[in-house]
Amino acid sequence: MGVSARPSSAVLPRAVPPVAALGSPVETERTATPEATADPDLPWITIVHDDPVNLMSYVTYVFESYFGFPEPEANRLMLDVHHKGRAVVSSGTREEMERDVQAMHGYGLWATLRQDR
Amino acid sequence: MARYFTLAEGGAEVEFEDYEAALLAGYARQMLELIDARERPAGGGAEDLIASAFREGPSERPADPALARLFPDAYTESGPGGDAAAASAEFRRYTEGDLRARKHEDAAALVASLESLGEGPLVLGPEDCRRWLGALNDLRLTVASRLGIVDEASLEALGDLPEDDPRDGLMMVYEWLTMLQESLVGSMPR
Repeated sequence: MGVSARPSSAVLPRAVPPVAALGSPVETERTATPEATADPDLPWITIVHDDPVNLMSYVTYVFESYFGFPEPEANRLMLDVHHKGRAVVSSGTREEMERDVQAMHGYGLWATLRQDR
Repeated sequence: MARYFTLAEGGAEVEFEDYEAALLAGYARQMLELIDARERPAGGGAEDLIASAFREGPSERPADPALARLFPDAYTESGPGGDAAAASAEFRRYTEGDLRARKHEDAAALVASLESLGEGPLVLGPEDCRRWLGALNDLRLTVASRLGIVDEASLEALGDLPEDDPRDGLMMVYEWLTMLQESLVGSMPR
């Protein structure tokens, strides 16, 4: 994830591109890789994945404010995401995990759910 | 007065130059168009509006990589029945509308506070702080996607661009948004 802001960027230079610069998509593909179905009794888990954009401070903030984790726990999970590339942030029924994943997407974090193995 | 967010009574405050406020609002408006174009009734008539209210959300992942990052797949490893793509499509059908509404409201709140900005600093209450934080994050995800930032290496490669590189200006915007978001996280009422 993005570690922190560079202090040198505190002032926006005037020579920035026009607003239209956001408009040109580049096609990329990320394909799903289905696997065999796991035991239906196994719990489901929500996984948050690392990405180069979300700030460490912001990810910790999201874990604190959505899951209600105390700051040290939120920070530990954030560091897991950062160093290991992913962390399991919640477990429960499939419906509960879909709620958590949707909430993470709302915050802009990249999250998926799957059945625990 | 700082050009980044600082703690204020009951929220956070920042002072923008006029051109900064105009630019930020412009980017947010453009992101609104991007988000809103994801699902729009075919026509503007009453019948289209009624039809859209009862229509399920999209099941396809957006082709535009910025939108695909804002509205990612929920299942990538193994969905129920072993089909991650089908599970993601089903999830998307029932959740993407709400997700899009949230992202729209966040960006619209950012634009509204910039449009109503008079003389002096912009002061955000707790609710606007949350909306700004979400909107700044969505903007950074969108700009990062346009810059091709997909991992740490591609981000680092953008750190030392020649001045005539067409991405240089957008990278400055990205770093500016990053600084704004970082300072706002640090000023959030918790």
